[in-house]
Amino acid sequence: MTRKSRGGGPQGRPGMSTTGRRAGLFCLVLILLLAAQATRIQVFQAKGYDNNPANQRKAIQRYSQPRGNILVGGNPVTGSAATGGRFDYKRTYTDGPDYAAVTGFSSQIYGNTQLEGIEDGLLSGTDNRLSSWAVWNEITRKQNPGGDVYTTINPAAQQAAMRGLGSQKGAVAAIEPSTGRILALASTPSYDPGSFAGSSTADQNAWTKLQADTDQPMLNRALRQTYPPGSTFKVVTAAAALANGVVTDINAPTSTPYPYVLPGTTTTLVNDSSACNQPNIDLDTAMTLSCNTVMGNLGVQTGLDKMVAMAQNFGFNDPKLDIPVRAARSNFDTTMDQAQVALSSIGQFDTAATPLVMAMVAAGVADNGTVMYPQLVDKLTKSDGSTVQLMKPQVYKQAMSPSVAGQVQQLMTDVVQNGTGTNARIPGAVVGGKTGTAQHGVDNSGTPYAWFISWAKPTGSSGVPPVAVAVVIADSNATDVTGGTLAAPIAKSVMQAVLGGQS
Amino acid sequence: MATPAAVAVRGEPAGPRPRSGRNVELALVLCAVAIAVFGYIEVGVNIDDKVPPDAAEYGAALGGLALIAHGVIRWRARYADPLLLPIAVLLNGIGLVVIYRLDRATPSSHAAPTQLLWSTLGVALCVAVIVLLRDHRVLQRYAYSAAFAALVLLVVPIFFPAVYGSRIWITIGPFSIQPGEFAKILLVIFFAAYLSAHRDALALTGRRIWRFTLPPGRVLGPVLLVWAAFIGVLVLETDLGMSLLYFGIFVVMLYVATAKSSWIAIGLLLAAAGVVVVGWLSPHVHARVDQWLHPLASVAAGQGANQIAQSLFAFAAGGVLGTGLGLGHSILIGFAAKSDFILATIGEELGLVGMVALFLLYLLLVSRGYRAGIALRDPFGRLLAIGLATVIGLQVFVVAGGVLDLIPLTGATLPFIAQGGSSVVTNWIIVALLVRLSDLARRPVPEGEHP
Repeated sequence: MTRKSRGGGPQGRPGMSTTGRRAGLFCLVLILLLAAQATRIQVFQAKGYDNNPANQRKAIQRYSQPRGNILVGGNPVTGSAATGGRFDYKRTYTDGPDYAAVTGFSSQIYGNTQLEGIEDGLLSGTDNRLSSWAVWNEITRKQNPGGDVYTTINPAAQQAAMRGLGSQKGAVAAIEPSTGRILALASTPSYDPGSFAGSSTADQNAWTKLQADTDQPMLNRALRQTYPPGSTFKVVTAAAALANGVVTDINAPTSTPYPYVLPGTTTTLVNDSSACNQPNIDLDTAMTLSCNTVMGNLGVQTGLDKMVAMAQNFGFNDPKLDIPVRAARSNFDTTMDQAQVALSSIGQFDTAATPLVMAMVAAGVADNGTVMYPQLVDKLTKSDGSTVQLMKPQVYKQAMSPSVAGQVQQLMTDVVQNGTGTNARIPGAVVGGKTGTAQHGVDNSGTPYAWFISWAKPTGSSGVPPVAVAVVIADSNATDVTGGTLAAPIAKSVMQAVLGGQS
Repeated sequence: MATPAAVAVRGEPAGPRPRSGRNVELALVLCAVAIAVFGYIEVGVNIDDKVPPDAAEYGAALGGLALIAHGVIRWRARYADPLLLPIAVLLNGIGLVVIYRLDRATPSSHAAPTQLLWSTLGVALCVAVIVLLRDHRVLQRYAYSAAFAALVLLVVPIFFPAVYGSRIWITIGPFSIQPGEFAKILLVIFFAAYLSAHRDALALTGRRIWRFTLPPGRVLGPVLLVWAAFIGVLVLETDLGMSLLYFGIFVVMLYVATAKSSWIAIGLLLAAAGVVVVGWLSPHVHARVDQWLHPLASVAAGQGANQIAQSLFAFAAGGVLGTGLGLGHSILIGFAAKSDFILATIGEELGLVGMVALFLLYLLLVSRGYRAGIALRDPFGRLLAIGLATVIGLQVFVVAGGVLDLIPLTGATLPFIAQGGSSVVTNWIIVALLVRLSDLARRPVPEGEHP
């Protein structure tokens, strides 16, 4: 290196060695800025960009392998098909409309709902429980094959429910009382979740058409829709009256006047059956004939707080009833005057219930007063069949003592034997039930909701009935709309499906 | 020359013949080829679960090119910096791998074979420069010819149709070249020659205005004229990446030559004024600035992700370790994924680790250029080496800064890596010139000439 270049230039200017070094330093700073910016994006902001809705990577990865399956009775009701597009696979459904209320849908464009949504991590393979060694998977970014979801659904019961509902608007929920396992979950009109599983124009058209359908085929009426339960709620009222000592003998006369004027008003409560139009009818007769006057009066005598407590034992007012799909909140008002309590006690006023909760009512009675937490999923497994999680029966509430439950069971059995529920009789089985025909709409102008809740066990069995069911028909072309005529036969076929499978 | 024995015994700095570093170069070149071949295989294994059938041919082609270049350096530039060629081979190899990988995602267009062809031409020209140009000082004589040639190269594309809004291409049949790339070298030669001849006049004479001394017009005039012509042409062609690059080279070389920091101040002022005026006049530039400031605005507006957003998604998806070659989705960026946005693929599939490694490679290449420049004794050689190194450094910053949303996006190619024949050829010529310059800088001084 020459002296001239190393030292200062003329007039003390730095030489080119110095300025060159400074310029080099400038280049170094530029490159360091790049590295800093890369670090900022790839380390600190990465999560945000990964989760940006416009970033297709997650969807591409999600659909790069077949999705795990949802199984009913050990057989998959879902599948995956290769598409050849940017998303390698799309969801298919074997009996889409029959199981839509159970599975929900998994769509490349419109996301995932119900079981497809709740168990999405497992089905799509992102759930950490699927990897034998999560940390290593994280490093290698290995994608696990999707796991399977085994449901508690009984295919025979489900098909009986769908067949029974047919073209009517309605829903069925069936539960195994001793465990809370959901045996059937049906909603009509239904839809085919496979029709919009992909991302083609046809898929988008199918979706648009479903969204615009005024019959709301994508509404899950068994879980997400509440209806006034009408007279089926009288089972809750009877249980509350018996559990709280308002009635001790179901065959003893109650001190109910006729006509019954709603407390604090001049309005008289009307009965559907003229046989109810007399004072002091006993509870058994009142249930069998579905007498509004007696049950309204018993509700008032039991009192608001105790009625609320009993309703909540069965799942009313629970905003987080997860099966694991969340059910809509069923309502029983907690502040009412006595007239409103009387109306609520016969399932009117603000009382509203999902078919699921009414099935819990029947199941709780059948299970000797123990209400089990309803569950739709039996177990979660890896793709190789090894268990990830096994669901266990869980007690929801102890609603009443076994002896009270036995009395309510007797009431329900009498309804089917001698009362409004004779259409649910099953040869060779003991059936307990309760009908309901709920008026609604302005001046009760709407087609009434036809309800039936029931349980059944083989004759001679001393065990807990293997099935409890709730049926609601929200709209039908039938002229005689009552729970007994419309809903009871469906409940009967569902119960028969379960009992038949048992023997 | 001192005898090798004496060197071994005494180890004094006076007489020893410096190590040429040729064997180090050979070893590094082989490593570079091996890394590129490994990457090529990784792409095949990750996408098809098998080694690509042409991996051996590809390795042989790249290895052959590298060994020819190495042989020529051994023959004609034996004291050249041993890091220059391996870095160039590695960068070119990575580029071919990434372009091949992107080819796999675009079945309708295959760019890697063409790129290999251009790389071959680049190495051929590199060899030609090393063989034919024995002393860089020859170039000094052609300063004005170089400036004129550069201007012609830049003006010609105006007469060709615009591609993606920029008139920077000459398209003849299936071939398209970007003459502005070659003009970079010519411009640096002109600046180096002119500034080395007039540096004292630029630094010391002239009128003093407030705290700045303006050099006389007859000295500064030609430089400003050439510079203004360049900028004018580039604005007409709306190639902002190149404008920014030329401007940066000009300011850096002027500062290195004259040591007057006032040049930097003037340069920044001019740049700011230029950006404001161009940004005001050109909706194209205005949009770029908007996208730079709000890369996710199009997502919020429900119009999906724009290219910058897609690029950021790609970088983010890569994280620290990357997805692995062939396993990313940077093709979502759409057009220019293989050229201007190729860094996004590297970021996604090789991760932050790969990006930093790449930046370090560039930094090493630039620093070796500067090192040669500082070690040289003639001012022209110094400015030439520093200018060429700065070209690479600035271009990396402009391109990478754009796709990383550090600065507004300007279209330009990542040296050696991006798809583009003109770019690869130009960068190989730059490396050839640096090899020549570093050979002179490191050559032992003959007896008697040593101070």
